[in-house]
Amino acid sequence: MHVKLEELTEKCGEWLRGSGPQSDIVISSRIRLARNLAEFSFVRRAGDDERAGISKLVRQQIEAVKEWENVLFLDVDRMDEVDRQFLVERQLMSRELADAEGSRGVAIDLNEKFSVMVNEEDHLRIQVMRSGLDIQSAWDTITLIDDLLEKKLTYAFHDSLGYLTACPTNVGTGLRVSVMLHLPALVITREIEKVFRSLQKINVAVRGLYGEGSQFMGDFYQVSNQITLGRTEQELVTTVNEVVPRIIEYERRAREFLLNESEQDLHDDVSRAFGILCTAKKISSEETLHYLSKVRMGVNLGLIKNVEMGTINKLFVHTQPAHLQKLRGQHLSVTDRNIERATYLQQHLVPKG
Amino acid sequence: MKCQHCEKPATFHITELTDPSGPVIVHLCEEHARIYLSQENNDSPKNALAGMLAKQLKLEQTAESLAKLDKKTCPHCGISFAEFRQAGRLGCPYDYVFFQADLEPLLLNIHGAKVHRGKHPSRRGGSPDRQHQLIQQRREMQAAIQKEDYERAGQIRDIIKQLETETDPDAPPAAKSVE
Repeated sequence: MHVKLEELTEKCGEWLRGSGPQSDIVISSRIRLARNLAEFSFVRRAGDDERAGISKLVRQQIEAVKEWENVLFLDVDRMDEVDRQFLVERQLMSRELADAEGSRGVAIDLNEKFSVMVNEEDHLRIQVMRSGLDIQSAWDTITLIDDLLEKKLTYAFHDSLGYLTACPTNVGTGLRVSVMLHLPALVITREIEKVFRSLQKINVAVRGLYGEGSQFMGDFYQVSNQITLGRTEQELVTTVNEVVPRIIEYERRAREFLLNESEQDLHDDVSRAFGILCTAKKISSEETLHYLSKVRMGVNLGLIKNVEMGTINKLFVHTQPAHLQKLRGQHLSVTDRNIERATYLQQHLVPKG
Repeated sequence: MKCQHCEKPATFHITELTDPSGPVIVHLCEEHARIYLSQENNDSPKNALAGMLAKQLKLEQTAESLAKLDKKTCPHCGISFAEFRQAGRLGCPYDYVFFQADLEPLLLNIHGAKVHRGKHPSRRGGSPDRQHQLIQQRREMQAAIQKEDYERAGQIRDIIKQLETETDPDAPPAAKSVE
């Protein structure tokens, strides 16, 4: 694997810094733009030669951008399984791209603030990531990246339909804003459905998942715009930007309610979770995510002390299969990973001395 | 609580909010949640599209005109409307022009709009004729290779090279140097 990419392993991506506005509840904000090249069939329809041609063309143009010294282009079709999984866990590329076939690639900013996928569902999928609730700055950045690429590549664009995409659900702006939220108190108080039902009319989609490819858990939710055509990009950004603070407010109220009504129960629950993570000798990634979610809320509410939010955020990613294997520097079976994961958690959570 | 598909405990409780009949909750174990969510990832827009298309076509078209529409095929990428309906993905940018009237009700259904109001590329996008021809020639070359007709494939490759190097007044300067 590329040396520079190896350096990423130890680091913690931009979106997990655990800083940024509202980062106690908002994990990350991301925007993606779907773009296609006018001279080629869409990816699904393109033959091997055509896909290779697209990859080569895009790679040449990306590597020619002077301002992008810190951008690394990787041929996904030549990477091994663990490296691909690593980039998926890091959210620098999608599971779909990792699992696809044929010539494809991803350009990643080594500061992990953006990446460009090549030959996913569309020829180009540009994405920008931010910690916390920071959609506006993500849009300001991605539109500049888009302008830069547009100077070098001829996009498929239609005067009345906008940017043309393989799937008609993305046509127009090709823009998807998504905000990942951590909402454990709304889950405990069983208010979550009520909250989302009230949001259904505003053209936002909510999905209950932790978008880590193969890892999912109940307390993470993703809010995104549902439509892409007929609104300006700024309007779509604003819609999501207005909805999210309302959800945050509900979550804060639910946390307050739990603290007022049953602080002892809550304190007990998060402390037990912390205890398991600190003492288990083998632990699955599913169990880890489940308890880390509780501990994260405990740290936010001051019920668990001496643990940094950044540490918890980092553990969410570093305890996943490919990260564990890369940190250890060797291939590990599921059983070995469970042992390695428990050791890793203890190293980072148990107070020293 | 047990998983809906097996005896393992349900650790994933997924609420689907996109279902028109209201929120639907499913309870699954890790393994089935993974299958469920990855299927949904791949198929959900497709299923939604297929559903919308079916509904819309039933309302507006007879079986006869539907069969006719299904056979309609893009001259450049060679995708038929039936293939699009099945996959939920179009074949090339020109499909939006070629199937425009057929796609319009679908776009209205998805987006509640049919006209783009967002950003425009800063320069004109080159000659559409040349672009569509490139798509078509690349497809024909692929077909020739598959038939192991390498002589024909070679001829087409020359045509493509010529098209690619042709001066396109609107193309970005950098793109011309690419072989």
